[in-house]
Order: sequence, then structure tokens, then C-alpha cells
Amino acid sequence: MSQEHTLNPEVMPDEPEKATLEGKNKFLGFWFFLGGETVLFASLFGTYLALRGSTMGDNTPENLFGLELVFIMTMLLLTSSLTSVYAMYHMKNNDFPKMQLWLGITVVLGLAFLGCEIYEFYHYVHEYEFTFSSSAFGSAFYTLVGFHGGHVAFGLLWIITLMVRNAKRGLSLYNAPKFYVASLYWHFIDVVWVFIFTVVYLMGKVG
Amino acid sequence: MSTTIEQNKGFGATLWDYLTTVDHKKIAVLYLIGGGFFFILGGLEAMAIRIQLIKPANDFVSAGFYNEILTMHGTTMIFLAAMPLIFALMNAVIPLQIGARDVAFPFLNSLGFWLFLFGGILLNASWFLGGAPDAGWTAYAPLSTTSPGHGVDFYVLGLQISGAGTLIAGINFLVTIINMRAPGMTYMRMPLFTWTTFVVSALILFAFPALTVGLFLLMFDRLFGSGFFDASMGGNSVIWEHLFWIFGHPEVYILILPAFGIFSEVLPTFSKKRLFGYTAMVFATVLIGFLGFMVWAHHMFTVGLGPAANSIFAIATMAIAVPTGIKIFNWLFTMWGGSIRINTAMLWALGFIPSFTIGGMTGVMVAAAPADYQYHDSYFIVAHFHYVIVGGVVFGIFAGLHYWWPKMFGKILDETLGKITFWTFFTGFHLTFFIQHFLGLMGMPRRYWTYGADQGLELGNVISTVGAFLMAIGAIVFLYNVIITTIKGDKVSGDPWDGRTLEWSIPNPTPHYNFTQIPLVRGLDPLWIEKTEGRKGMTPAEPIGDIHMPNPSILPFVMSLGLFIAGFGAIYQIDNPIWLVVLIIGMGITFGAMFIRSVKDDHGHHIHKEDLDKGAGL
Repeated sequence: MSQEHTLNPEVMPDEPEKATLEGKNKFLGFWFFLGGETVLFASLFGTYLALRGSTMGDNTPENLFGLELVFIMTMLLLTSSLTSVYAMYHMKNNDFPKMQLWLGITVVLGLAFLGCEIYEFYHYVHEYEFTFSSSAFGSAFYTLVGFHGGHVAFGLLWIITLMVRNAKRGLSLYNAPKFYVASLYWHFIDVVWVFIFTVVYLMGKVG
Repeated sequence: MSTTIEQNKGFGATLWDYLTTVDHKKIAVLYLIGGGFFFILGGLEAMAIRIQLIKPANDFVSAGFYNEILTMHGTTMIFLAAMPLIFALMNAVIPLQIGARDVAFPFLNSLGFWLFLFGGILLNASWFLGGAPDAGWTAYAPLSTTSPGHGVDFYVLGLQISGAGTLIAGINFLVTIINMRAPGMTYMRMPLFTWTTFVVSALILFAFPALTVGLFLLMFDRLFGSGFFDASMGGNSVIWEHLFWIFGHPEVYILILPAFGIFSEVLPTFSKKRLFGYTAMVFATVLIGFLGFMVWAHHMFTVGLGPAANSIFAIATMAIAVPTGIKIFNWLFTMWGGSIRINTAMLWALGFIPSFTIGGMTGVMVAAAPADYQYHDSYFIVAHFHYVIVGGVVFGIFAGLHYWWPKMFGKILDETLGKITFWTFFTGFHLTFFIQHFLGLMGMPRRYWTYGADQGLELGNVISTVGAFLMAIGAIVFLYNVIITTIKGDKVSGDPWDGRTLEWSIPNPTPHYNFTQIPLVRGLDPLWIEKTEGRKGMTPAEPIGDIHMPNPSILPFVMSLGLFIAGFGAIYQIDNPIWLVVLIIGMGITFGAMFIRSVKDDHGHHIHKEDLDKGAGL
């Protein structure tokens, strides 16, 4: 029995990410992992909500945040979630070049988001002298938003690695689950950002 | 496609085999050795505590050193002894009980073990590098944020690394139990140990990330200048308590539920009766797991959360006594009318029922918020949690080790020595901890390094210390038993207890691939069903064919080693920024190994059916 043949069938099944036992395990295990990640971010949100009033001075959420930049960042990340859906759509149709294209667009949008976030942090530190050590609010803000940014950076490295590794050999039942869970991860990052946008920025401005 | 046929190997080859193994049976042995080592370490710390308290104003150890011993005793026993020993049993048994050839993620299984081990070593390295953590196993801020030296830093980094390993193990068992069950093994036919492992894995998944965040915040406060718990920066130290106990209370159920599962296997086997109230037992397990998340603030009754919060958490806590009581009665009814054999495993189960019930009863007492103001931070609490953790978890581990030893190592532990262990340990346990209830009510506070001669606490403490020595003797006899059985014990059949569940259908020794043919499960206690219908073993669910097995890998070891190195960098960079290089090198090793794992295909290997007869993989 050849491994190569079973993982590269003539016709791809409907759900290539769940066609093998390894794929099914990966799919389920990754959903559980995201469950744990949810508790991780819930703990960070709880800490932030408890400390967001502890500004020790004028660097309050209201004075610091500018909704224009955050709105652009939100659009970038929401769109990148949509483009990763397109990529998975093409994966299910076994259209590898189009999947790579849409993953590439996802990566570009993610990089733009990360660039905006780095600019935002740089701006706070240099224009407002608002740092990790300024106040408990500063610590909580940079930790929550920074953990999310770290996830974005990790997700980008992950997707790029997958794209480069599989560029020459195309889709198979071995790598389809890998692409699929990477896109799940990307959606999760997007969902967390929606909460950050609401709890940190919107509530910071008007709450 | 390679074929594995094991030969007699030299020491180097055996070592390499264990460093790279992804076989759940070998990982179980690794967990057993690792957990056993830390159990001895934690036991020595306990003995030092009891020797120090044997007389008033003793100076066996200094006050500062006492704080370190006390902190490390609790931390070691919970994270590095009890949990790994439970994981040893889970790894040894779960795939066999559900009829699987391995776990869902063999590579991650290995990673989980090495992360635990390196985390534990990092934590204990503090003894040799300027002093161990000294802020209690709960590490409450601001005591922990202001503790001088690097002790608490080792606590933070060590637990962070080993906690990641635990989380990985939890996800692995969840997916294994959902996806890898043999045909016919429906949820309501799973053995109770599998059920408790399933619920416990869910608890690990949702509880450990809270600890991860708490440890990150504590690390940021101590090493990177943040102010989460620093009131002068607007921080709030109660946040630590919440995060710690949101993890910490589910943690005690993570420890006790597998023990419940072990007793639910031992009692039916040695009563020759199916478990009484199986459905109620499953329901109670799930309910305990669920309620376990609703009660964390009962550790914080005296913080000042207010009467409303205290009342809600008090009632939720008392509610847990209901499913626990259901379990106690079901165990008793399992024995009712059974044909009971009393051996060492059964003795531990029988000793557990009254011991744990006492711990549960004091649990309801301390759950009463107004009364807890009296018990809080006294030896009454120490007595309570040792009754549930030693009387429940440790008894459970001993029962499980005696019960599954023939499955893990092919030999039955010596019964005479086993009974000596039980009676010395059981007597010593009650002698040590029963009197501590009264010491607590007499006003002896926990964690103090000494007491005065005029406080009337001397007699109680002497009795307690004598009991501790009896427990130590019991543990030493057990170690001797392990050695003597390994050298002299006779090889037994695959089913020495006349067992009921799938693991006993496998011949001794267990083949590398567990099942030559995956069995067909036709009900609860599947092996017993086949026996009652006159068959010798399980009916196979598939013809004999090629068996797919995962490949060994050194990468889990390398990833864990990288984090271990990075841990030192993170701790010492506050003294000298040059240590940041060590941090980066360590993280580089870990991420490099992750990168290799990602880009290198690993399809596993097949054992061909022609080779099965020749003994491949035995």
C-alpha cells in the first residue's frame, strides 16, 4: 500500500481536511486548542477591564485612542478573514493556485494590520510616553493587545511557512488539514480582535 | 516503509529509544519515573516540615528556609508528583481501555512529558541557584511580587513550561477518547476511568490557560516592569487570587476525578460485579467537573468580596457534595452482595472511602462562609486538603499502580509488602492529619515555621510527626516492593485479576501496536460479556492487516530543552541584559524544532501483516 497514493487520490473528497484519521484528529484537537485560547483571552480581558481605570495620570483610554486608525485595522483584519475563507473554498475545489493566491492576499492584509499596530504602539510610546510600565492600565493594555499582535505574527509565519513548503507539490490529504487549521486560527484571531475593538477602543472612547 | 523488530539493545540504544519514543506505554513509564522522583522529593520536604514542627521553638531549619521547603512541598506535590503519576496511569491504560493502537497525537504526547520534566527541573534548579521560591504554592501577590532573589522567578517559569505540557496532554486525551474508540465503544460503554480522564482533560483545557495568564502577569511584574499587582501603579493584587483559583479549584478536581475513576475500576473487578449505577456515576463525574468551575472564590471568603458573592460560592460548593455522595454510595452498593477479594489494590480502595468521606465532610464545613472565617489559614484547612488529596488522590494512585502494574510491567507487585505499605501508610496518614483538625481549631496557623511552648500545641504536633514517619516507612516499603518485584517477580498472564475491561484482553507483554485486530465492543465491561458467553477473548472487528504506527522523534525533547534554556535567560536578564541572548537562543531552538516539525513530512510507518506472526513490535 503506497502512502503517496492514498494521500493523493484522483478525485479530492468533499472535505479534504477531514478525510484521514490524522486530519480528523487535527481538526478536533485544534478546535479544543481554540477553546483553551478563548479562556486565555478571557482572562486577559478580565484583567484589562479591572485595570482600565488605573491610569495614574492623563494617559486615559479617551485621550490616547484614535478610532480612525483602529477602524482601518479592523477593516484590514476582517477582510483578511474573508480572503482566508476564499482560500479554503478553493482548497475544497482542489484549485491549488487560487488557494495560494487568496492565502497570499490574507498574508498581505495581516502584515498591513501588524504594521498599523506597531505604528500605534510606537506612537503611544513616543508621543504620549505611555509605556508598559506607566500604570497598571498601560501594563494591561499592552499585554492584551500585544498578546493578540503576537498571535497575528505567529499566524503569519505559520501561513507563509505552509505556502512556501507546499508551493511546488500542491494539495494532498496530508497537507489539507494543515491549511485548514491555519485558517481556523486566523478566524479566531479575527474574532478576538472584534472583542478588542469593542472592549478596548469603543468602550475606551465612549464608555 | 520500515518494520520494527526489537532486539536486545545496549544502554545507549535504550536511552535513545526512550528519548525519542512516541509510544504511550513507554511515555507512561517515563511519567511514572519522573512523577515518582518528584514524589520522593516532595516527601523529603514534607519530612523536613514535620521534623521542624516536632517541638516548640525548634531550629532544625531557619524561618526563611522553612518558607522555601513549604512552598516547594506544595508546588512539587501538586504539579510535579500527583499530576504526572496520574498521567502515567492515563497513558498506560486509556488507549487499551478504548481499544486503540495509540493516542491521537503521539508526538504531542511525548512533547507533553518533556515539557513537564524540563519545567520541573527548572523549578528545582532554584535550590542550587540562590534559593527556592518562598511565597507559598499559591504565590499570592504582593508577597510573590516583592519576594527577593530569583526563587519566585523559577516558580513562574518552571510552572509555565510544565503547565504547557499539561495542557497539551489534556487536548491529546480529549481527541483520543472522542476519535480513537474501537467499533461499538459508545460513550455510555466507556469504563469509568476513561470517563473521568475525559472530563478531567476538559477541565485541564479550560482551567490551565487562566494559570498561564496569571503566571505571565506575575512574570511581567517581577521581570519586565509592569504593574498588574502593584498598588502604587494602580494594580490590584486580588486579580492574581482570582486567576490562580479559577485554575486552582478545577485543578483539585483534575487530581481527584481520575482517582474516582481508578476506584470505579478496582471495586467492580474485585467484587466480581458490574459497577453499581454506571449512568449515575457518569452523570456525577460530569456534574462535578461542571460545578468545579463555579466555586473558585470559596478560597477567597476572607478577601472581602461581600456577602452576596460569598453566599453564591458557598452554596455552589456545598452542591458538589451531592454528586460526590452519589459516588460514595455507588461504590458501597457495588460491593454489596459481591464476591469480594481483598488484595492490596482493593485495600487502598476500601481505605479511601472513609478517609475521603472525612475530607468531604470537612469540605462542607469550610464551605460555610461564616464558619470559614475561623478555619481560614489554620491547620484545619491543612488537615482538610490532605484528607482529600492524600486520602483520595494518593490512595487512588497506589490502588491504580497495584491494579495496573501487571499490565504495565507484566508482574504483580508483592502482596505481603503491598499490605505492609497500605497499613503503615494508612495508619500514618490518619495519625498525621486527623490531629491537625484540632490543632487548627486550637488556633495553630498554617505556614508558620514554629510555635510557642505555652500554646498547648506540642502533643498534637508530636503525634503528627510520628504519623509522617509511618507514611515515609510505607513509601519506602513500596519502593522496595517495586525493586524486588522487578528482580524476582514472576511473569503473569495478560488477565491476572479476571478483569472486565478491554485492557485485560491483551496478552502479556502488550505488543507495540496494542491490538493485533481492533476488538468489537458489545457492551459495558466488554471482556466480561465475552467471558460470560464462553469465549476466551474479544471478537475482532477487522481482519488481520497492515498496522500503521507513528515514527519516533527527538524533536519534543529538543523543543522542551529550548524552553528550559530560554527560562534561564528570562530569569537572569533582569540582572544583566546579556542574558537576553540566552533567552533568544533558547526560543530559537524551540521555534527551530517547531519549524522542522512543520516542514518535514512524517507519515509514520507500517507493520506488515506477514511480520506480525514473527513477533514484530513485541
